[in-house]
Amino acid sequence: MSMKVKTRQVDGVTILDLSGRITLGEGSVTVRDAVRDAVAKGSNKILLNLGEISYIDSSGIGELVSAFTTVKNGGGELKLLNLTKKVHDLLQITKLYTVFDVKDDEAAAIASFTK
Amino acid sequence: MFRAGATVRCLDNPRWRKHTANTGDQAARHFGYARNALPDSTTSRLSFTLESSLESVNKVEQVAEEFATKAGFDEDTVPHIAMAVREAAVNAVIHGNSYDATKHINVSFETTASALTVHVSDEGRGLDPDSIPDPLAPENILRGSGRGIFLIRAFMDEVHFRQLQPGTEIILIKNRTAAQPGA
Repeated sequence: MSMKVKTRQVDGVTILDLSGRITLGEGSVTVRDAVRDAVAKGSNKILLNLGEISYIDSSGIGELVSAFTTVKNGGGELKLLNLTKKVHDLLQITKLYTVFDVKDDEAAAIASFTK
Repeated sequence: MFRAGATVRCLDNPRWRKHTANTGDQAARHFGYARNALPDSTTSRLSFTLESSLESVNKVEQVAEEFATKAGFDEDTVPHIAMAVREAAVNAVIHGNSYDATKHINVSFETTASALTVHVSDEGRGLDPDSIPDPLAPENILRGSGRGIFLIRAFMDEVHFRQLQPGTEIILIKNRTAAQPGA
């Protein structure tokens, strides 16, 4: 299943609805390009909705980390929304769960960004 | 996972080179191998050689998932095994062979009554596993790469490295438990 991204704007937050697999190659590149595109358009509040992500490998994890640091270093915030159990477990194992700001409710996630 | 129509295409594709196989599952048909029933139904083996590409990584992952399922591992463990094998294949293709089209990766799967064992080898310059930084260390936690071997070790019961001339072989072992069929 190929990686797909849909972009929405809600109350100043750019929401990227991701679906498919974030793996080495197309999946990771798609996420990288989507985040870079959002940043290039001036977004500094980015919410990655991972609710439809069926699989992620070490490359995909690395891509999420890179996206997080890229946005953070630019003075913005990147948060994760709706982790599946598989992604949740991977972030726990790699001790990244506490690095990311992880949310499970979209409205609460949007409200949590710095005004 | 494996469509009947795919077999012919694989047989015609010179990139898929046959080694040996003693298994009677769909993976064997997919790779164009003979199907031989073994006296011990708990034992099966498949080995093959692939080119250094992302397509090969995906195929190895598919076979790992099928082998682990047939070995009776549960629905939580099968994806872990498949991911560990995928990461091993990624390392072989990228870090070992550097996508070199003249180099190949060798992969073998063997299920016995006690364990599933997977060998993945490359033809690269070799790997010192002790030189890999700890991805959990604070100075590495925000690195964009370097978690593959860590995940392999997290998901498998045993992980061994063997230096080849040239290349590296990684051996992954997942023990079967008494609750699994044939174990």
